[in-house]
Amino acid sequence: MSVPVLDVRGVAYAYPGGHQALFGVDLHVHPGERVALLGPNGAGKTTLVLHLNGILTPGAGSVTVSGLPVTGDNLLEVRRRVGIVFQDPDDQLFMPTVRDDVAFGPANLGLRGAELDARVVEALSAVGVADLADRAPHHLSFGQRRRVAIATVLAMRPEILVLDEPSSNLDPASRRELAAILRSLDVTVLMVTHDLPYAVELCERSVVLSEGTVVADGATREVLGDATLMARHRLELPVGFSI
Amino acid sequence: MPPHAKLVGLVAFVLFVVSVPPAARLALVGLLLVAVAVLLSTRVPLRHLLPRLAVELPFVVFALLLPFVAVGPQVALGPFTVSQNGLEAAVALLLKGTTGVVVAVAFAVTTAPRDLVRALQHLRVPDTLVTIAGFMVRYVDVVGDQMRRMRVARDSRGFSSRSVRAWPPLAASTGALFIRSFERGERVHLAMVSRGWSGRMPVTEPLSATSSQWALALAPAAVAAVVSVGVRLG
Repeated sequence: MSVPVLDVRGVAYAYPGGHQALFGVDLHVHPGERVALLGPNGAGKTTLVLHLNGILTPGAGSVTVSGLPVTGDNLLEVRRRVGIVFQDPDDQLFMPTVRDDVAFGPANLGLRGAELDARVVEALSAVGVADLADRAPHHLSFGQRRRVAIATVLAMRPEILVLDEPSSNLDPASRRELAAILRSLDVTVLMVTHDLPYAVELCERSVVLSEGTVVADGATREVLGDATLMARHRLELPVGFSI
Repeated sequence: MPPHAKLVGLVAFVLFVVSVPPAARLALVGLLLVAVAVLLSTRVPLRHLLPRLAVELPFVVFALLLPFVAVGPQVALGPFTVSQNGLEAAVALLLKGTTGVVVAVAFAVTTAPRDLVRALQHLRVPDTLVTIAGFMVRYVDVVGDQMRRMRVARDSRGFSSRSVRAWPPLAASTGALFIRSFERGERVHLAMVSRGWSGRMPVTEPLSATSSQWALALAPAAVAAVVSVGVRLG
């Protein structure tokens, strides 16, 4: 099998206050996969995500990105390879214009001039908002901001796109359009979500994290079809939805 | 005109105007006219300019009070008897203040907030200050919106802020707003670090100005310098 894009082995983590959030998590994501990371509130999903690009350092275990261990020396390259899109676009978009914001990541990687401009256009076009380049982020609709937030990360040409609740706060049309965009991108995706229909729609594989450990890993339809597993870990499909 | 040239021209002009002795009223009137000429050269319609000039109002009020509260020899001014020192100080304050406000407005209406931040960065203002200024530009709306939402939510539960008894809830929501902004700051920082930020804002489009642009930007400051030196020598 190919080298996994993401290779998480036995990661355990306790917050400085003593709260243990992860108890030995194993997770492998291979190139081209779209994987949903599911779990109830407080399961440790966000904590796990912050380990993927070295913002948090595991108390035990290791994280490897396409063969490159996530350690102090490799952080910049790891952060290029792992693109995290945070849940609230207002946290992600902090520059005065969309263009500046999308350029921020690649500029930190040392790109300048025409190459940088090309990268910005490429990333904005990939999410269908090339016409918004000169607007200010706070003048955009929520759906547009979510797309721009994804572009800011795509501009770094990541090997894996990590999305934290990509469908939250979107109206149904924006939600559907975003799904089409995500499907059109040629990139490995790890999607953290509570939106189980969205996971079914977009991800062939799902991993369930509950109380800091992986409790299920398999085809999305099988995982979500396992009623006992779902009930035990507080996962519920919306009323009227069946697989 | 490149923003950094404008900014240097603005600061230099204001400094030279301030350095003119207060007694040289004619010179100050002349410099005020220079400032007005600069403002008119922006070709921004007056109805956009006038509300912005209102920032000077507190100074005008202070200047108008000055002749009545200052001490020293008294002179008659219409039906009033006012302090001569106060009157002179008030006139100088009004002239200098208005000149400064007029050029600052000319700068503000022709410079996008983003360009101001870039100009500061280009002029080697410490990175921390530039970054703070940039964040302020970006987040003032976000925090303002949040404050509005909190007020709507508060008022929807029957709150009215008419009496002193309303102060504790107001203080509590100000505190909550502060904490939320602080937490947002932490999340923004995480998102920046995730994109390879290492403590310095990358300069993506370096600014540059030709010598004729510099000459134009510094022309008002040069006039003010000549006037200031001329008044002192003559």
